[in-house]
Amino acid sequence: MTSAKIISQSKEPSSLYQDAVRHLFQKNSAVVGMIMLLALILIAVFADVIAPYNPTDQLIGVEDGIVKRSAPCIHWLGCPANKPQHFFGVDANFRDFFSRMVYGSRLSLLAGIASVTLAIIIGTLLGSIAGYVGGWLDNLVMRLMDVLLAFPALILAIAIVTVLGPGLINALLAIAIVTIPAYARVIRSSVLSVKEQEFVTAGHALGVSPMRILFRHVLPNSITPLIVQATLGIGTAIIEVAALSFLGLGAQPPTPEWGSMLSAERNQVFTAPFLVFIPGFAITIVVLGFNLLGDGLRDALDPRLNRR
Amino acid sequence: MTQYITNRIMLTVPVLIGILFVTFVLARVIPGDPCRAALGEKADDEICAAFFKRNGLDKPIPVQFAVYMRQIIIEQDLGRSFRFGRPVSEIILERLPVTVELALLAMVFATILGVSLGIISAYWHNSAIDVLTMVWANIGVSIPVFMLGLLFQYIFALLLKDTFLQLPPSGRLSAGLVNPPFFEAWHWSLTKNSISYNICFFLSNLTMFNAILTLNFGVLIDAMKHLILPAIAVGTIPMAIIARITRSSLLEVLGLDYIRTARAKGIAEFSVVFHHGLSNALLPVVTVIGLQLGALLSGAVLTETIFNLAGLGRTLFEAITARDYIIVQGFTMVIAVSFVVINLMVDISYAFLDPRIRLSK
Repeated sequence: MTSAKIISQSKEPSSLYQDAVRHLFQKNSAVVGMIMLLALILIAVFADVIAPYNPTDQLIGVEDGIVKRSAPCIHWLGCPANKPQHFFGVDANFRDFFSRMVYGSRLSLLAGIASVTLAIIIGTLLGSIAGYVGGWLDNLVMRLMDVLLAFPALILAIAIVTVLGPGLINALLAIAIVTIPAYARVIRSSVLSVKEQEFVTAGHALGVSPMRILFRHVLPNSITPLIVQATLGIGTAIIEVAALSFLGLGAQPPTPEWGSMLSAERNQVFTAPFLVFIPGFAITIVVLGFNLLGDGLRDALDPRLNRR
Repeated sequence: MTQYITNRIMLTVPVLIGILFVTFVLARVIPGDPCRAALGEKADDEICAAFFKRNGLDKPIPVQFAVYMRQIIIEQDLGRSFRFGRPVSEIILERLPVTVELALLAMVFATILGVSLGIISAYWHNSAIDVLTMVWANIGVSIPVFMLGLLFQYIFALLLKDTFLQLPPSGRLSAGLVNPPFFEAWHWSLTKNSISYNICFFLSNLTMFNAILTLNFGVLIDAMKHLILPAIAVGTIPMAIIARITRSSLLEVLGLDYIRTARAKGIAEFSVVFHHGLSNALLPVVTVIGLQLGALLSGAVLTETIFNLAGLGRTLFEAITARDYIIVQGFTMVIAVSFVVINLMVDISYAFLDPRIRLSK
C-alpha cells in the first residue's frame, strides 16, 4: 500500500499551461468554440477544393438560364436535377454565392488575426516600456492612449479609414490603431506588478541590461492576460472590419468579404433575404467561436478559478 | 472626496485638449477637396480661392488650430457647415436628440433585461435556464449590429406584416405626421439663438418627449414604434454584457458568509437576493453600463444608417464622405467630450457607491 502511494505522489507536477489546456478541454463551451473555429480554418485552408466556382466569376453566358439573385438550389433537398446546383443561390452579378462565402472565410479570419496581431505588437511595445520605465514617459504614453480611448471605436476607425482611403488593408490598420490602447493597458498593468518581484531585482543586482530584463524576464511573465484579451479581441476585430466594409470603407467589390457582400445586397433584404443573412450568420459564427474560446481561456488561465 | 473628484477632473483636461487636436488634424488630413465637395465639380479656381479665404483654410495649419481653439473655448462657436451653410451647433441641436432618444431607450432595454437575466441565471446557477441565458448572451455579443438591424426589419416589417406586432422598418415618424415644437404650441415667444431657445429647440427635437408635452399621443405611439427596433438592435450587445457581469458579480456575492448569515436569520429570500446580494453586486455593473456608452455610439452609426434615422452617427458618417470638415470636427468633438464626461461621472459615482474608494484618497 505504502509503495503505491509513493508512486502516485512522485507524478510529474504539471505546469500552468498544461493545467490550462486540461481545464480548457473540460469546458464544454470552449470545446464548442474550438470545433467551430477548426471547421472554419479547414474551410479557409481548403477553399480552392470546396468552392465549386471561382468567387469572382460571373456565370452569365456560362450557364444556361441563370437568373440573378435566384434562391438556393440543392439537389438532395428537392431542387430539380436538371437545374445547376447553387447551395446559397446566385448573387446580383450572377456569381455563385456559396463559392464567395467559402473564400470569404479566408478574409474574415485574416482580417481578425492580422489586425489583432498588429495591435498586440504596438500595444505590447508601448505598454511594456511605459510600465517598465515609468515617470513622464509612462504619463505621456498613457494619456495618449486615453485620448484614443475617448473616441468610440468605430467612429475613430471611420475617420482613420477616410484619411487612409477605403480598402481592406486600411480598414485592418484602422481597427488595429483603435484597439492598441486596450492591449497597452493590459500589458502595462501586468508589467507594473511583475517588475516589483524579486527575480527582477535579482536581475538588476546581477547587472543584466534593462532591455534584457524587460523582454526576457518581465514580458514572458506578463503575457497570460494578453492571450485572453487577444482571443476575445479577434472576434471584436472581425465584427469591426465587417462593419467598415458594410459602410463601404473596407473591402471593395468584387472582393468576397462577408461584410461588403452583406452591404451590397442590403436593400434586397425583403426580396432576397438569403443574400443578406447568410454572410451575417457566418460573421456571427466566427465571432461566437472566438468569444467562446476566449471565455474558456480566461477561466482556464486564471489560477484563482481552478476548482479541482 | 472633494480631492478625489478634483483630481479626476484635472486628469481629463489634457485628454480634452488631445481630443480637440486629434479631431482638428483628422479633419484636415482627410484627402479630397472640401471646396469642390461643397460647391460641386464645376467650381473654378477663383471661386475656390474665395471659398478657402472665407473659411480661413488659406492660413497655415497651426494658425488654423489656434483660431479653432479660440472659437470653441472663448466664443463657443463650432463654425458653419460647408455644405448646409448652417451653424454646426444648430445641426447638433437638431440631430443629437435623435441619437439621445435611441441611446436612452437602448440603455433602458439593455439594463432592465440584462440585470434581470443576470439575476435569474445567478440565482438558478447551473440550471437549464442559466445555460440558456448564457448561450443567448454569448450569441448577443457575437452578432453584428447591422445584421441584427436587418434581421429585425425582415421579421417585424415583412414576416409579421398585418399582425399587431408589425413595426415600421425605417424613419423617425410615419409620412404625414407632424408635431409642432412644444414652445410654439404653448405660444412662448423666444428669441432665436438665445440660450433658452436653444434648450427648448433641443428638447422639442426629442420627438417622444415633445409629443408628451404637447399631449399628442398619436405621434408618441408612432415615434415609439419607429424607435423600438433600432433601440433593441443597438441595445443587444450591452444587454448581453450586462447580463454576464451581473451574473458573475451576483454569484460571487451570494457565495459570501454574510448572505448565509442573512438566510440563517430567517430574512425573506427576496430581501436576501435584492437587498443584501444585489446592492453589493452592482458596482461592476455600473462600470459596464458606463463603458457600454461608447459601444452604443458606435452601434448608432450603423443602426441609424440601416433604419434611416437622421441622428449624430449617420450625419457624421455622411459628413466624412462629403468632406464637410466643420461638421466632422464638431460632431466627433461633441461625441468624444460627452464620452469623457460620462466616464468621469461613472468614476465619481463609484466613490459614492464604494466607501473604500472614497476613503482611500
